[in-house]
Amino acid sequence: MSASRRPLPGWVEIGLLPLANIAMAFLLVGVIVEVIGVDPLHALKLLVLGAVGSSEAIGYTLYYATNFIFTGLAVAVAFHAGLFNIGGEGQAYIGGLGCGLAVLALDRYLPPLLVIPLAILASAAFGAAWAAIPAWMQAWRGSHIVITTIMFNFVASALMVYLMVNVLIAPGSMTPQSRGFAASAAVPSMQAALQWIGIAVAPSALNLSLLLALLACVGVWIFLWHTPWGYGLRTMGHNPEAAVYAGTNLKRMTMLAMCLSGALAGGVAVNELLGVHHRLVLDFAAGYGFTGIAVALMGRGHPLGIVLAALLFGALQQGGAELAFEIPAITREMVVVIQGLVILFSGALVHLPRPWLQALFARRG
Amino acid sequence: MEETLTLVIATLAATLRVATPLVLCAMGGLFSEKSGIIDVGLEGKMLMAAFFAAATASLTGSAWAGVGAAILAAEVLALLHGFACITHRGNQVVSGIAINILAMGLTVVLGAAWFGRGGQTPPLAGTERLNPIFFPVAGDNILVYVALLSVPFAWWVIDRTRFGLRLRAVGEVPLAVDAAGISVSWLRYRAVLLCGLFAGLAGAYLSIAQNAGFSRDMTAGQGFIALAAIIFGRWRPVPAFGACLAFGLLDATAIRLQGVKLPGIGEVPVQLIQALPYLLTLFLLAGFIGRTVAPKAAGVPYEKEH
Repeated sequence: MSASRRPLPGWVEIGLLPLANIAMAFLLVGVIVEVIGVDPLHALKLLVLGAVGSSEAIGYTLYYATNFIFTGLAVAVAFHAGLFNIGGEGQAYIGGLGCGLAVLALDRYLPPLLVIPLAILASAAFGAAWAAIPAWMQAWRGSHIVITTIMFNFVASALMVYLMVNVLIAPGSMTPQSRGFAASAAVPSMQAALQWIGIAVAPSALNLSLLLALLACVGVWIFLWHTPWGYGLRTMGHNPEAAVYAGTNLKRMTMLAMCLSGALAGGVAVNELLGVHHRLVLDFAAGYGFTGIAVALMGRGHPLGIVLAALLFGALQQGGAELAFEIPAITREMVVVIQGLVILFSGALVHLPRPWLQALFARRG
Repeated sequence: MEETLTLVIATLAATLRVATPLVLCAMGGLFSEKSGIIDVGLEGKMLMAAFFAAATASLTGSAWAGVGAAILAAEVLALLHGFACITHRGNQVVSGIAINILAMGLTVVLGAAWFGRGGQTPPLAGTERLNPIFFPVAGDNILVYVALLSVPFAWWVIDRTRFGLRLRAVGEVPLAVDAAGISVSWLRYRAVLLCGLFAGLAGAYLSIAQNAGFSRDMTAGQGFIALAAIIFGRWRPVPAFGACLAFGLLDATAIRLQGVKLPGIGEVPVQLIQALPYLLTLFLLAGFIGRTVAPKAAGVPYEKEH
């Protein structure tokens, strides 16, 4: 490290620097909205109302956030191991294949208490398997995981189109989707679950998968910071040579990190297929894998940060849809622009505001 | 016999049409990667360029203004990539992905706001497009020839000029270049700008030459296929060009092979042919078809010693 990187106080590093990054991204979004000819403050008001203005809106915000928690955790776990998994999209998609196959095979014979856990396991297993191939290629054949996971996204997409159109399509169906899952394979909606304990909310896509996502957060936190494997994984990410001296097998650790990452991405399939669509459909994972990168970067790879970032992106997704409905000049893709800018400013340009903050806060030495 | 000949020529022409944006993109990416800057953002640059080419051509009525706007748009993103990766030593892959996502969103947002057609630009005709020069059927517009010329150009610059020698050096051992008193940053910025130039031309080709207007996500992964071609060509211009042609041929035959039963194999799924460039690259990367060696310093930010 050169002399220009003097240490900042902890609260600036953890709190102020990320906020400065996000602020710059949103400032630029405001400029773009202004260019389109819409008052940015008015747009912001509509966006916030659309995201949290009613119990239905909050439900959808949390439903989107569920997906983002899964993909955000997936990216973060790999990132802690020094691996950049861009394949969350494909892993979620193939996870959905596992989920769908398990349900289609079992839903007529087994009770919900067996079908749902098995389908969740199948989602995770298929997602992990799809991540295991690039992991193996990186560990044993030395090919770059960024490139291979990108390619695997495209291969997953082609494979799923082929399977949906030719194999899994419901007989007599015009659109490529499987037969509907039996009711025994449905993860209960949050509305039904809350009604059961006497709370009335508007129906939305939100379902109990959110609890699974939060459970995954706790699991990842315990794994990464309170187990020897997690310690080895993080050591590998910080300094592979040190990890080797500490007795970590880098090849096996690469496999572990990527399989875990793929399994977490498979959680999207649980939320989407078991919770909402109740059948296997095309493109249910579209966009969530890439947003996961933004979520993980913004959340600084920590489960708590990821939950907060996922909530923000869930609100953007839901509020953005409402905003596009209210103001025709703004389309839903505004959210995609925001994601791109957040990845840019909290990822690639993360050190941009550092000199300014250093001038303000750095300890003189 | 004559029928076969027509079919062969038609397929070759289709191959060239499909391969042109891949070739332009791959040559651009080659400059960047040779200098040690990984460019995952080829796709985004091409998409943004395609949008601004069609939008400008539609507003001014001039295809050349469109080409200029395309280059400008791609260069802005190239400079952004350089600013993040060279000046601020940010993660090159993250920056590339940010550029892709930004382009994916911004083209639709601006397109919808300016033209109100759900992200599409108005259809282009006449002088708003780059039209074929010699053979109207083959679609041989000027950018096809530019793409063909870009290959010897890239070879000559990288292999035969002093700039190229330094470019290769800065991608392998930047410290040596720095020690020789040459600016690592300025070299890499020039490489990134060259990359933007070619990606811009590729984008213009898509929206105002090959197609008559911009439609959302029209690059459809071609930037990544170009990236695959670079890897397949082992970071050398002529083999990368060969890979682009091979991928183009696959794409051109995919349409013809739809529903055709091949002897001994049966019907080949279109999806398999579409995924073949990626699958082949994966096999190559796994070391099943020889080894690939990327520039050593690719992806590593250079930190100058004080």
